[in-house]
Amino acid sequence: MRSNPADYKLIAPGKLDAVVTLLAQEPGQWLPIAGGTDLIVQYAAGKLSARKLVSIWNLAELRAIEILPDEIRIGAGCTYTRLREHQVIAREFPMLASAARWTGGIANQNRGTLGGNIVNASPAADSLPALLAYEAELILLSVRGERRVPYLGFHTGYKQMNLAPDELIRAICLRPAFSGYLHYARKVGARNAQAISKVCIAALGRLRDGQRTSEVGGQMGGAIEDVRIAVGSVAPVPLRLTELEQMVRGKSVDSELAQQARKASASAIQPIDDIRSTARYRSAVLGNLVAEFIEQLGIPGSPSGKTA
Amino acid sequence: MTTVMTTGSSEHRGKCELSLTVNGEAKTVRVYPMERLLDVLRHELKLTGTKEGCGEGECGSCSVLINGELVNSCLIPILQAAGSNLTTIEGLAEGPQLSAVQKAFLECGGAQCGICTPGMILASCHLLDKKPEPTLDDIRDGLSGNLCRCTGYIQIFDAVAEAARRRDPA
Repeated sequence: MRSNPADYKLIAPGKLDAVVTLLAQEPGQWLPIAGGTDLIVQYAAGKLSARKLVSIWNLAELRAIEILPDEIRIGAGCTYTRLREHQVIAREFPMLASAARWTGGIANQNRGTLGGNIVNASPAADSLPALLAYEAELILLSVRGERRVPYLGFHTGYKQMNLAPDELIRAICLRPAFSGYLHYARKVGARNAQAISKVCIAALGRLRDGQRTSEVGGQMGGAIEDVRIAVGSVAPVPLRLTELEQMVRGKSVDSELAQQARKASASAIQPIDDIRSTARYRSAVLGNLVAEFIEQLGIPGSPSGKTA
Repeated sequence: MTTVMTTGSSEHRGKCELSLTVNGEAKTVRVYPMERLLDVLRHELKLTGTKEGCGEGECGSCSVLINGELVNSCLIPILQAAGSNLTTIEGLAEGPQLSAVQKAFLECGGAQCGICTPGMILASCHLLDKKPEPTLDDIRDGLSGNLCRCTGYIQIFDAVAEAARRRDPA
C-alpha cells in the first residue's frame, strides 16, 4: 500500500555540517536521502521504515569531483550523469564511466548518486564491481571527524555495511594507477537501459612488462602480472574473486588457463534464483565472462582494451 | 540549492509552504514535504499532462525538467524541488503554437495512446538541448528511460530526428 506523506518528516538543512550534526544528535533516527531513486521507490511501495529523512541532495560539499595529485576524489553526491560525462574518469576509470552509463536511464542518471549506490548496497548495483576492481577508498564523515576505509570489506552482509549510525559517505577516492591494464567490464541484463543486472563484472589485468604476446602457433602467451576481478549479482554483496585472482596470477595466458578460470569462478560465488535470472544461468554466464576476460588479456591491442 | 526548512518546530510533522516556478509562473503550494512532485503537479497545480505510469522510475511517463534536467517526477519529494524551475508538457507550446518537437511527434505518428508521450517529448527536448544534432544512437540513448507500449519507437525516433532538423540553429 502506498505511504501517506503526512506520516513522514523530511527536512533540507542545506549544509553538510547541519546534516552531520543532526545525525549525531539522534543517531539512527534520520535517514539521509540524495536523489531518491531507490528510497522513494521503497517509500511509494509503503516499505520505507524510516520516518524521518534529511535531504543531502545537491549539497555543494558532496558534489565535487576533485583531481588531486595522486587521486581522484568523487563527492558521494556526484550523479551518474556527471560521472559519465567526466573526461578524467572516462580516461582513467573507464569501467566506472560505463557503469554510470548502464545505470537506469537518463532521468535516473540525473538523480542517482555514487554514494547512494554504495549505501543502498544492492548486490546487483552496476558501479560497485568497478569500485572494487579499482580498489576505491571511502571517506566517511561524522561529528567525530573523518575516517578513511577501503571499499573492499565495506559491505559485511546483505544490505549490511561498516557505517556508523551517525556517519555518511563524504567521498569515494580512486588512484589513477591502471594505465596499461585491460579494463574489462560487462553487464548482462534483459535490455540495455532500465534493467537490473543478472550478472555484472569489472576486471583489470596486465601482463608482465605490459606486453601482450602475439599468438604463436595458435597459442596465446605472456604471464599475468596483475589482475583484479570483481562481480555483481552473484552473491549477497559485490565480490572480489581473490582466490581466482591468485590462481591466475603469474600464469601464462592461454586457452587452458581461461577454461580453468571459468571453472574456478563457479566455486567463488553464491548466486540465487530470483525474478531476473537463475543461479545456474548466472554461474554459467559469469564463467563465460571470466574466460573471455582471460582470453582478451592475451590478445594484442590497445592496452586499455575495450569496455562494453 | 535553495535552503528550505519545514515551517514550525523541528518536531512538527506538518505541511509546509514551498515556492517554485512552473512553466515560467511563480507558484506557492502548501504540501507535505514528502509528497511526490508528480502528485503536486497533478493534484495541487492541476497540471495533468504529466502521467503516472509505473510510479517507480522505470517507465519515464512522469518525466519533467527541473532546472533543465530530465527527472522522473514520481521519485522526487516536493521539498527537493522547492525553489527550482520546472518545465512540464504544458509549458512547451506558446499559446496555440506547438513546439517543434510536439509538431514532429504529431506529423511522424510518434503518439498513439498518449500515456508515454509527454515524457517522451520532454526527454526529446532534454536530448536536443544537450545534442542539437543527435545520431540515431544518441536518440536511442536519450529516450532509453522512456517506455512506449504501443510499439511506436521507430516513429518516435523519426519524430526526434525531424524535430532536430527543423529546430533553429540558434
